[in-house]
Amino acid sequence: MLSLTLLSIPLIASILILFTRGNLSRSLALVFTLVQLAFTAYAYTVFKSEGAAAFDFLANWSVKPVLNIHFSMDGMSMVMIMLANVLLPLIVLSGFNRDTERPHIFYSLMLLMQFALNGVFISFDGFIYYIFWELALIPIYFISFNWGGENRAQVTLKFFIYTLAGSLLMLFGFLFLYNGSPAHSLDWASLSANPACDCNQSWLFWLFFIAFAIKIPIIPFHTWQPDTYTTAPTQGTMLLSGIMLKMGTYSLLRWLIPIVPDGVKEWQYVAITLSVIGIVYASVIAIMQRDLKRLLAYSSIAHVGLISAGIFALNLSGFQGSMVQMFAHGINVVGLFYCADIIMNRTQHGEIEGLGGVRLVAPKFATCFMIIILGSVALPLTNGFVGEFMLLFSVYQYNTWLSVFAGLTIILGAVYMLRMYQKMILGNPVKENMNFPDLMWNEQLVLVSIGILIIVMGVFPGPILELTEPVLKNLIK
Amino acid sequence: MVLEIFQFRKLIVPVLVLGLAIIFGLNLNDWNSNASFFNNMVKIDNFSVAFAGLAIFVTLLVFILSTDYYAGSENNLSDYMTILTFILVGALMMFNYSNLTMLFLGVETLSIALYVMAGSRRFDIRSNEAGFKYFLMGSFASGFLLFGIALIFGSTGSFDLAKIADYTIQNQQNISPLFYTGMFLVVFAMLFKVSAAPFHFWAPDVYEGAPALVTAYMSTLVKIAAFAAFYKLMSYTFFYTFEKVAPVLNIVAILTLAVGNLIALSQSNFKRLLAYSGISHAGYLMLVILTAKNQTAGALFYYSLAYALSTLAAFAVAIPVFKAANSEEISAFNGLAKKNPWHAAALSMAMIGLAGIPPFAGFLGKYYIFTEALQSDYFYTTLFAIITSMIGVYYYFKVIIAMYSQPANEAKMEQSFNYNLVLVVCLILSIVFGIFPSSILNIF
Repeated sequence: MLSLTLLSIPLIASILILFTRGNLSRSLALVFTLVQLAFTAYAYTVFKSEGAAAFDFLANWSVKPVLNIHFSMDGMSMVMIMLANVLLPLIVLSGFNRDTERPHIFYSLMLLMQFALNGVFISFDGFIYYIFWELALIPIYFISFNWGGENRAQVTLKFFIYTLAGSLLMLFGFLFLYNGSPAHSLDWASLSANPACDCNQSWLFWLFFIAFAIKIPIIPFHTWQPDTYTTAPTQGTMLLSGIMLKMGTYSLLRWLIPIVPDGVKEWQYVAITLSVIGIVYASVIAIMQRDLKRLLAYSSIAHVGLISAGIFALNLSGFQGSMVQMFAHGINVVGLFYCADIIMNRTQHGEIEGLGGVRLVAPKFATCFMIIILGSVALPLTNGFVGEFMLLFSVYQYNTWLSVFAGLTIILGAVYMLRMYQKMILGNPVKENMNFPDLMWNEQLVLVSIGILIIVMGVFPGPILELTEPVLKNLIK
Repeated sequence: MVLEIFQFRKLIVPVLVLGLAIIFGLNLNDWNSNASFFNNMVKIDNFSVAFAGLAIFVTLLVFILSTDYYAGSENNLSDYMTILTFILVGALMMFNYSNLTMLFLGVETLSIALYVMAGSRRFDIRSNEAGFKYFLMGSFASGFLLFGIALIFGSTGSFDLAKIADYTIQNQQNISPLFYTGMFLVVFAMLFKVSAAPFHFWAPDVYEGAPALVTAYMSTLVKIAAFAAFYKLMSYTFFYTFEKVAPVLNIVAILTLAVGNLIALSQSNFKRLLAYSGISHAGYLMLVILTAKNQTAGALFYYSLAYALSTLAAFAVAIPVFKAANSEEISAFNGLAKKNPWHAAALSMAMIGLAGIPPFAGFLGKYYIFTEALQSDYFYTTLFAIITSMIGVYYYFKVIIAMYSQPANEAKMEQSFNYNLVLVVCLILSIVFGIFPSSILNIF
């Protein structure tokens, strides 16, 4: 029953917020996301002591065609739920000193998004999982579309159609499994227990892989991403890059690998090569970028490329590293985009050139930005290090040469991140920047919490490893 | 008519709505009765009761819309309403026929009334064109139907659905070629009526030219009636000889999906857009016809219901918008989100429902159809249908984008209780059936 509560808090909030106006909307949104966070903490303790039983919910939805609703929980889901529900209050809070038009609709959509994301992470039946997966797309589309920047209509439509195209392929895959399985069941347990189901796994793999690869995104399915990240309002970009993108990598572990294991083995080399190509390609492009948000978008492609490469290495350290890195990247990327937003909010442009010496007038901001950058370039003792180390190790176990190229992510990442930091924040003072106000209370609160999370996770990655170990060990078999 | 003579114009619609509500109740009363009337010309079973219920419900909603739609026009409200009611009569015959002559009667009653309604704006040249075009093309189709029925009678000696089916089973080896010719002619006529490609050319012109209310009626009730009749024919009568037409129907389904979705991409007129979207939905419903042998009436019913609800909701927003902007282009919706945010949200929901995105009923309808088609091994057709439904998103979202991103136009939309009532009923039902589908999915 706990899983239903996890879903109902954001859903109820989303409906309530529709009937509020002005500042009340975002305060209410903050309150509800904090309630959800507190409830997640409670759910975590329950999960630790009682296991999945408290979360299990199974109901029949329709007899013909057989549709079931199945919510449950395991270590992987717990990590993702924690990520989503930790980030949401921060994302809501980050909008506090900005003016948003029609805030009641904006925050209502945001909470609807949280509902859908929670649903994706605790669904253990293919059909209901698919519904939540699609449902997550609608609020983020309207957020990016209504509150976005230039060219929002074209960019967001491209994003929508791109991701929907992937989803429909996945739907076809599920339909196929539905027909192939004797009981007509899409339950995760039965699909993973009996993965063969006489279907041709070779192309079932592609149906699912493309859906997830678009969401992640893996090269060459990434073309929607930089435009969408640049155009969407910052809070939308945070949702997209921090949480929604993790739906893809999570789904690789939750659905693709257990239900089409032979297909995965067959195409492993293609998938891992694509991921590694993505790392190098996106890093190189990131170096060339002049626009801060685009740079972050490409760096994000590079980072998730490493995550998916680690997953497709199909070994324990890769799986565990990917879970750690998903969590870490979610936090870092939200911090990075927030810093970019702060800069753009004060200077009205996002060019890397033409800004400098911000540290002199905004030392607090410079410090927070530095910590987040260090986290994302994987300095030891920050959260990025643990995950990237494990992921690189797993790719190394698969193939030495691939790991060499994948390792470039650390070097190239340091190049573009530190160079960007040096130009914008350090560098020679530019006169126009001398009225760059330092952090406001809510910005400080968000960035400091992110900084704390980065360091705490870097020093104690244990809880995540511990949570996910039993599930992932099962997956290796 | 009588009411008009006595100056009771205002009463016409309420009386009709009341009457429809009563026959809706009477109709449900026949559930599980399985009676046959008029020497087995008409047979009431659960299939016909369910579809008749849907048809009466749709008519009810359209009549509620009509009070405001015809509010300004001086002449002949009673004529319009009578003819619209005749369309329903024809549709009801098409649900419960058990004899091919009855089918022909139903199709004709429905079509002739429709020709008149399509041309009912006498002084509008588009409306005249629509009526005339529909009449010419429709007559050809009726000719095909009649000729096909005659050939079937010639080879089997009966008009009765069950007897024809018996004939095909008993004479397995030597079914006369006349029978096949007749069957193909009947199938082609039905394909015309459901506006499947390549028999779809009339639909966009007629939808565009006809008055908006008639278009709403045509794209919901008439389409459902044609599909129900077609389905009944394939599953009750031609199931044994189905293998012969299956390849043709398969190609038609693929063609319809392609034509409907691809041409819709380039439309700028909202009614034409809905016409092509209607053609594409006909393509999805063709998958049900393809699987009719496996008794997939549940899928047909659920999908028709979902489609009708979303389409009517779209028209309930579109009609007042058209009136205000005096234009039926998509650009009439520009900036609706700023002027009437609730209506914009409602139309977005209708469009998302038509595109088949959860949680609306349209998604489950598609899901059900696709599972049935895969079960009958129409593998590539299903894959193609999935790809085209992706294309569909693009043109449905064109409307949403117009509402949210374009600057608002001057036109001021009048609020009306009746339109809003229909809108709310349709959307709520669409969500309710999307979330609690089992009652409808397993109706048969």
